[in-house]
Amino acid sequence: MPMELARNWRLRRQRLSLEGAQCAACGHLVFPTRPVCPKCRSRQLQPYRFSGRGEVYSFSTVYEPPAGFEGYAPYTVAQVRLAEGPLVTAQLTDVDADSVYIGMKVEMVTRKLFEDGENGLLVYGYKFRPPVMAPTNGHVSADVLAHTEPQHEAQAPVLVAN
Amino acid sequence: MKPNRPVGIVGYGAYVPRFRIKAAEIARVWGAGEGGLPIEEKAVSGLDEDVISMSIEAARNALRRAQIDPQEIGAVWVGSESHPYAVKPSSTLVAEAIEATPLVSAADWQFACKAGTEAMQAAFGYIGSGMVHYALAIGADTAQGRPGDALEYTTGAGAAAFILGPGEESLAVLEESLSYVTDTPDFFRRPYMHYPEHGNRFTGDPAYFHHSVTAGQKLLEQLGRTAKDYTWAVFHQPNVKFPSKAAQMLGFSPEQIAPGLLVGQIGNTYAGASPIGLTATLDVAQPGDRIFMVSFGSGAGSDALSLQVTDAIVERRKRAAPTLAYVKRREEVDYATYARLRGKLQMA
Ligand SMILES: [Zn+2]
Repeated sequence: MPMELARNWRLRRQRLSLEGAQCAACGHLVFPTRPVCPKCRSRQLQPYRFSGRGEVYSFSTVYEPPAGFEGYAPYTVAQVRLAEGPLVTAQLTDVDADSVYIGMKVEMVTRKLFEDGENGLLVYGYKFRPPVMAPTNGHVSADVLAHTEPQHEAQAPVLVAN
Repeated sequence: MKPNRPVGIVGYGAYVPRFRIKAAEIARVWGAGEGGLPIEEKAVSGLDEDVISMSIEAARNALRRAQIDPQEIGAVWVGSESHPYAVKPSSTLVAEAIEATPLVSAADWQFACKAGTEAMQAAFGYIGSGMVHYALAIGADTAQGRPGDALEYTTGAGAAAFILGPGEESLAVLEESLSYVTDTPDFFRRPYMHYPEHGNRFTGDPAYFHHSVTAGQKLLEQLGRTAKDYTWAVFHQPNVKFPSKAAQMLGFSPEQIAPGLLVGQIGNTYAGASPIGLTATLDVAQPGDRIFMVSFGSGAGSDALSLQVTDAIVERRKRAAPTLAYVKRREEVDYATYARLRGKLQMA
């Protein structure tokens, strides 16, 4: 147990911020970080935070998950090609398995990855999902006012405030 | 209340999970009639979502709008009644995920549905005194109601985050605020209990209405204003009827509260409720508009805030997904799926 706590803690920047590394000698980007640049063998790697944007390179849906993930099945695991180049293997979320396709644009989100039993640590990290939406142009759309009509008024049940 | 130097909102962001369950579907399961359902549908968090994950996404949206260095954030405060741990802060993980650590104050706040605005009030003081330059205040909840209880129709999930800072950098400046609190035990949950207890109708007049309306009246009096001096108003929203009635009692029109009244579509998001109403209102507000906001938390109390929108809103709101993008992103689920997502089935 203490070993796992320490390991999870060491991985926090990688998991929460999608932190990999950039080779100071040749500029090559890697995720996750490693001691030696796979391209030029330099040991001068600096932390590098990826944007979290990318697209699905390959994927498969897991119906019989490993221990600890049973409650989440079925779920889709994808290799995501990050906009900056490296491939990351991660779960997809907020998407139905049958609507995933190769080349689908995705963005990184931080979600709960697993629970270490009922008493243990909650482990959070990156997953990917279809982008929520491009930002607005800042104008008021007519349906903003239209969609908040008062609901049914008749025979109100007990309304509880809290 | 007002700090010695101007303070305000530098960036804001919302998050709402994509699952929805209709109140009519809950009524179907429990054999209740569909007449007078308190909302249309509510947001339900996914298996991999909780207050921490929702707070992180809302905070990242706020950061996108503020475009500040997260290392300049001096406080990360998360208000909720559904923190994932009983002991261990949510705020440390949120601060780590947005890279505001390690020179930062972090704490979790608890005051039922007003924990988020309580964190905002305190943050205004921290900034106004010059102790920190920016503070991040979040209201977030994945609320739970006992199956079949009146609460189950409305307990939703969502989060709103605000990066607060100096007035001159703000997209909305705080004009004045106040807090109105009494010991009114309308709703509570003891340790180790999964679901809360509540006083049914007792939660209405002596709790919600008394605190919301009095806080609102007192703030208007302090400012020498009426509802007509405001373009928009936002209230705590445990259902559609209560905020509509509280607004009416204070003289606000249905149009003034419309953009920030989302409970019919996402449910009562507890500590996220009036804060998400505020993010949705900021999405449509124009420079110069005044926004009146009143939260409510059982126990009980209200925070009332008066804000004025600045020119910075126009550029900054475009930098992240608007609140309605999350509200409209929806995947409807039936009661069985909902029960699985919310852990309402005990397997052992
Ligand atoms: Zn290299």
